[in-house]
Amino acid sequence: MTFPRLTAPNPAATSSGMKRRGMGGSGSGRRVASAAAVLVIGATALAGCISVNAPDKPIVIELNINIKQEVIYRLADDVKKNIEANSDIF
Amino acid sequence: MTKTAPSIARRLRFAPALALVLAGIATTALADRDPAYAAARAAGQVGEKPDGYLGVVSGGSDVRALADKINIQRRANYTERAAAQNATIEEYAFTQGCILIQRTAPGEKYQAPGGAWQTRGAGAPERDPRCP
Repeated sequence: MTFPRLTAPNPAATSSGMKRRGMGGSGSGRRVASAAAVLVIGATALAGCISVNAPDKPIVIELNINIKQEVIYRLADDVKKNIEANSDIF
Repeated sequence: MTKTAPSIARRLRFAPALALVLAGIATTALADRDPAYAAARAAGQVGEKPDGYLGVVSGGSDVRALADKINIQRRANYTERAAAQNATIEEYAFTQGCILIQRTAPGEKYQAPGGAWQTRGAGAPERDPRCP
């Protein structure tokens, strides 16, 4: 005689559980969709930043840019001796 | 016989020093600037460029010919020194330009990195930031 009591609450519990699952399922789907939208917006924003920044970088063409400072420092001592040795043309 | 050898050595002990002094006089006499070149420098008709060569600031064809003559001699010198230092002619000439502009006397002309001719004053000249 105790079985009907046990079986009686079961249908109610399963029905409410189904409803909750259904609600939960639709909610997570929206979250995924919104997260994807944020990603897409972020990606387009990033792509926009790159395309704007690239032309902003100035291309500096400097005369004698191939001459490095370390080479100049290495040659400086010999240059000074050279001036002393050939001061008629310097 | 035993005394002659030390006495010769004693007499010759100042010979190397004397030779060095004579050589020094000879090189300084050779190394003087040509009077026309010295005058053109002092008058500001020619000036030192950052590339290691002379530039014509003002004056006629005679000043141009003088600058060309010196620049040909400089080019030959840079070619020789650059080869000895395992550097390119442009690298050596540029370094030389740094030092030559640094050593200009007040009143002489030099070319600033921007290309404008400047008269050297009492202060430091305007040079390329890579100059030592």
